[in-house]
Amino acid sequence: MVIVVLNMTSRGLSQGVHLTALHTEKFKSSFLSIQLLAPLAADTASRFALLPSVLRRGTARYPDMQSLAAALDALYGGSIDPFVRKKGDTQMISLVGTFLDDAYTGGERLLEPFAALMGDMLLGPALEKGRFRPDYFESEKRNLINEIKGQMNDKRRYAQNRVIEEMCAGEPFGVHELGTAEEAGAISLDDLWTAYQDLLQNAGIEVFYCGSAEPERVEEALRAALQDLPEGKARYAPARPQQAGPPQTPRFVEEKLDVTQGKLTMGFRTGVTMVDAQYPALVLLNAVYGGTATSKLFMHVREELSLCYYASSSLLGTTGLMLVNSGIEFQQFERAKEEILRQLQACKDGDFDANELEGARRAAVSACRALTDSLHQLEDYWLKQAVTDGQEAPEAFIGRLEAVTRDEVIACARNIQLDTVYFLNGKEA
Amino acid sequence: MEQREYKRLGETVIHTVLSNGLNIYVDRKKEYQKSYAFFATRYGGMDMKFQLDGKWQDTPAGVAHFLEHKMFDTEDGNALQALALNGAQPNAFTSNAITGYFFESTEQFEENLKILLSFVSIPWFTQESVDKEQGIIGQEIRMIEDNPEWQVYMQMLSALYAHHPITVPIAGSEESISHITADTLYHCHKAFYQPGNMVLCVAGDVDPVRLAAIAEEILPKEPGDKAPRDYGALEPEGAVKALVKMEMEVAAPLFQIGFKADAPVKEEGALRQQLVCSLACDALAGTSSPLYARMYEEGIINGTFGYDYEEQPGCAFFVFGGESDAYELVYEAVLAEAERIAREGIDDALWGRLKKAAYGQLVRRLNSFESICVQMAQAHFDGYDYLQFPQVFDAIQKSDAEQVITRFITRARAGMAVILPREGADGCI
Repeated sequence: MVIVVLNMTSRGLSQGVHLTALHTEKFKSSFLSIQLLAPLAADTASRFALLPSVLRRGTARYPDMQSLAAALDALYGGSIDPFVRKKGDTQMISLVGTFLDDAYTGGERLLEPFAALMGDMLLGPALEKGRFRPDYFESEKRNLINEIKGQMNDKRRYAQNRVIEEMCAGEPFGVHELGTAEEAGAISLDDLWTAYQDLLQNAGIEVFYCGSAEPERVEEALRAALQDLPEGKARYAPARPQQAGPPQTPRFVEEKLDVTQGKLTMGFRTGVTMVDAQYPALVLLNAVYGGTATSKLFMHVREELSLCYYASSSLLGTTGLMLVNSGIEFQQFERAKEEILRQLQACKDGDFDANELEGARRAAVSACRALTDSLHQLEDYWLKQAVTDGQEAPEAFIGRLEAVTRDEVIACARNIQLDTVYFLNGKEA
Repeated sequence: MEQREYKRLGETVIHTVLSNGLNIYVDRKKEYQKSYAFFATRYGGMDMKFQLDGKWQDTPAGVAHFLEHKMFDTEDGNALQALALNGAQPNAFTSNAITGYFFESTEQFEENLKILLSFVSIPWFTQESVDKEQGIIGQEIRMIEDNPEWQVYMQMLSALYAHHPITVPIAGSEESISHITADTLYHCHKAFYQPGNMVLCVAGDVDPVRLAAIAEEILPKEPGDKAPRDYGALEPEGAVKALVKMEMEVAAPLFQIGFKADAPVKEEGALRQQLVCSLACDALAGTSSPLYARMYEEGIINGTFGYDYEEQPGCAFFVFGGESDAYELVYEAVLAEAERIAREGIDDALWGRLKKAAYGQLVRRLNSFESICVQMAQAHFDGYDYLQFPQVFDAIQKSDAEQVITRFITRARAGMAVILPREGADGCI
């Protein structure tokens, strides 16, 4: 099956292996990423997360970092990075590559050798006794543990992760995409090898390309690069995330660390995800409430009342969660929380004027148009479409944003429920 | 108007100088949805001592940054909101040497440009709004001080420099900003926000003639005086301190090793010097260098390891850093490798690949409108043409990089900063 949406071509390469190719000549780089899709689960998250870093260390042909780096340098400094993310209840284990577009090499073709190198990395790793090299395994395992622990260095992100962890405890989405330091520490070389074989057989595979090559050429390059992939009989396909409802009384979690600024994050359930008809209305609600510099959180809580250094809301479209992030003085916790909730209540009461709504709409439309100018955002957009089985181009989504009415935004706001409040407090407060 | 074609890069830039001395550069980017405008003054955190109307002025640390925050206030309200209402994403930054205001928008570009040029050129401060901003910036300063990456960078600079103003935090301290009044801001605006001291860089599918007409209409008619500045006495050649340590709430030690280079040259030589120094870093510690492979395999560095060559008015330095328990070994390894290169030279094959890779990366950076505009502005202030880099790059020899390494990567010029996990901290939560 081949579906063409504007310059986007979507095709199945084989059962459970899918390619999205965007044809454009406006970028200096081409973008190629290969992701393995698996269900997000506490007992496998860490080992799956470890995999792309170990694969990135060496292939049978380029067995160490230096020879691999040399191969990439020879391709005009292309980069391939391991990357792990979660979209809904799906863990996405990726190798993400960018390289100089063929238009700027003076005639050299880079897509084919680049795709071949990525395919090699995925399917032909450097081995020792039929397993990954133990030294690569050990050092990447250590790096993963450090990365998980190091997340507390960025307190803003940390507070955001913690509220998700608390509110979605027991749901797949509550699992961090890297798992936990304990899980990571317990992985054996055999565990990782088994996980790898499992993914090669059972993971859904999503390939994304954007660049100047014609779709047929991309398909051919990828077929060649993935020819050693085993034929999977029942590859994983993402489904709608499983979500619990909010508790009767919102959960409250407080943590104390040696910091000089407090972080207040709040998790809400909206009941609406990207696949739902109300999603454009939710996008506008978020923009009115806290998603832009004209939003209620920014204007009232930050600017007018100076309660927060920053305060904004964001959506996790694949799961239907809305998060509020803010940085506050410790003693302002109660006031800031009340004010943040009061502004949401104002949205529910329809207490926003035409200017606020149109400002929100312009910002949302603009963000959607601008994403077509960014390779990374295009990838993220089309991967989200792929995991929700969608084919909607940004242009079509803009049409739906333009049509949202005030009442639809209010209706969306009224369905939003507070689930969890997380407060990162200071030690001496 | 002068049209410059950069054939190898596929870029076209229109350059104009208005009668008031303002230089305008427009990179015509077809096919893009967004446009980007960057309006900058050659005035940053370092410019604390300068001449205005023939008299030397000593201003507190943090004025340039404070001014950047307050410039968004207008007689009618706030320019940030006005731009956001038009769907633009505005922002600003203050670096050591530059303050830049910019927006990105997909609609109403000319309207947005008018707002940008007006609010930056027309100061509007009240003592009341300055007092209020002290609270907001005070919070921002506390937040920055909580950031270990920022701390390790500042500590590294304090190891390298005796008194150069680069060691002073751009935002100042809570104490220093308490001395800022509305008058301070008016003075500094008068000294530095004059068309002759500013540049406007634009990327997008826009009309350069109309853009110049808008700037001509809105901005002051006179170029204004160029304020002389003072960065203090000449720095010693070597680093001031070999090692600085500090404790913070981090999971693993963070380190940065700085190497003090000579103050940068201006005009044509400046671009060449930057490219040579950046290639020298690649040859010394890039991912395909023997040193990187060795340190990674020994486990004394991980994926957080990185390096940079940085230039500011009156100072330039190399920095290598990351997260490691074995930072002392990294320090010794970098020095030993520099000594080896001084003796044996850089491997020919490695040099060939590095140049190819670096070239590809420079071209790929032109995907970013922000990067293009900021580079053009920087180049304008320093008197060279950034997009000439392919020609300059071609002419660079291996011996140029070897000389840089031999001269600057030495023990006498080295200063290391380390952020250690706090004693007795539980680390894990």
